[in-house]
Amino acid sequence: MKQGKQTWVFDNGVYIKGSATVTGPREKQGPLGQTYDYSFEDLYCGEDTWERAEQALLNKSIDLCLQKAKVRKDAVDLLVSGDLLNQNVTSNYVARDFPSSFLCVFGACSTSMEALAIASSQVDSGNSDVALASTSSHYSTAERQFRYPTEYGGQKPDTQTSTVTGAGAALVQKERSFVQVEAATIGKVVDFSANDPLDMGSAMAPAAADTIVQHLKDMNRQPEEYDMILTGDLSSVGTPIAKKLTYQFGYDIENVHRDCGLMVYNSNQNVFAGGSGCAVSAVVSYGHIMQQLRSGELNKVLIVATGALLSPTIVQQKETIPCIAHGVVLKRVSGS
Amino acid sequence: MITKDNYKKSIKPYQPKPKYFRNCIKAFLIGGLICSIGQGLTVFYMEVFGFTSKEAANPTVATLILIAALLTGFGVYDKIGQFAGAGTAVPVTGFANSITSAAMEHRSEGLVLGVSTNMFKLAGSVIVFGTVAAYIIGVLRYLIQSFL
Repeated sequence: MKQGKQTWVFDNGVYIKGSATVTGPREKQGPLGQTYDYSFEDLYCGEDTWERAEQALLNKSIDLCLQKAKVRKDAVDLLVSGDLLNQNVTSNYVARDFPSSFLCVFGACSTSMEALAIASSQVDSGNSDVALASTSSHYSTAERQFRYPTEYGGQKPDTQTSTVTGAGAALVQKERSFVQVEAATIGKVVDFSANDPLDMGSAMAPAAADTIVQHLKDMNRQPEEYDMILTGDLSSVGTPIAKKLTYQFGYDIENVHRDCGLMVYNSNQNVFAGGSGCAVSAVVSYGHIMQQLRSGELNKVLIVATGALLSPTIVQQKETIPCIAHGVVLKRVSGS
Repeated sequence: MITKDNYKKSIKPYQPKPKYFRNCIKAFLIGGLICSIGQGLTVFYMEVFGFTSKEAANPTVATLILIAALLTGFGVYDKIGQFAGAGTAVPVTGFANSITSAAMEHRSEGLVLGVSTNMFKLAGSVIVFGTVAAYIIGVLRYLIQSFL
């Protein structure tokens, strides 16, 4: 049911039955290394091209998610998935072997929460009994599509982020389980005229702030009512800007805010401003955050995945970078 | 107050400043080192093969290109490049790296449509501007010489 201007509240009860995360080797060495369900030992993930490697990541995360939720593939009614690559190839090719209806979504790095919001709304409305939301990104596929060849020796600025190699999947349904998807706030496209593709944190901060503020207004809540407000990949550059912007709107998120991009890598891993990509919010939320919700360390979390809707071609034509952020509230359900 | 209109200006304090001075020093040292290696190679070709300094130029460049291509293939050049910046980008080694890295990247799309179509993706602009600049300078030189 709509609440406020941009928020959907799932009144009928939508729950995450299971979730899974898969990463590459570099993420495994990060601080959350132990929370991932599976990590490949090299970037090729046993395949012969980067693109197939990304499909392997996504496939593995979906398989593990179904395994953990103890749900058979053909019991899934709807798959909602997206990635960063042109024509969303990773998701489309993975869906080729998946026996359910398929909705392909693109929200750049906000895709994880966009997919989860859509899957949850479909379950809430009764259009689907069981829906699966998934997303993926891969350092090398993103690098070659959006930037330079991986072995190119150009110097990268400190504002640049490193794409996370990984995939995450979550299975939602009506049957009660330990984590409830309470609400989702669907963001609007925000463009503050940032145009540097090597500084996406600055570009995305206004979109993140916009969605967080809109969510708190729509739900009539204060930031303190959440144990954590988690943004996707604002990085070390965008994080303070987003905090400042939300503060200007009268909400102080300083004490509850974390950024997934700053949680996946150690500071000595040469990732510049932090991690980014569709997978960053997925591997943190569907692993670490889900585990903390399960154990009771967290009770209510607002996850705001942030996406820079960047096209290298259009930016070369002197356009700016439009950005978007989607928020989803995950809530611990006691006694289940 | 950060607003949409003053956004780019007002977020300046939040953005890390490029370390121009440190980068210049690093570029100077590594770029200089590459040039010294080049000079060493020239001397080597002159001493061992008896080339004149002009004749030694081509094998020197070819050797530097070979070394840069190998380092790119071994996955080392991008790490040196991150440290040295313009120091590894400006010499002929940077040109070799841009071609080798693009060729490697597009191996997955085949030899014709992948490797050969894309290998000059980054280096193409250097060739275009190099040729055009050489043409303009050539014409200027001809004009100046014929009038003086």
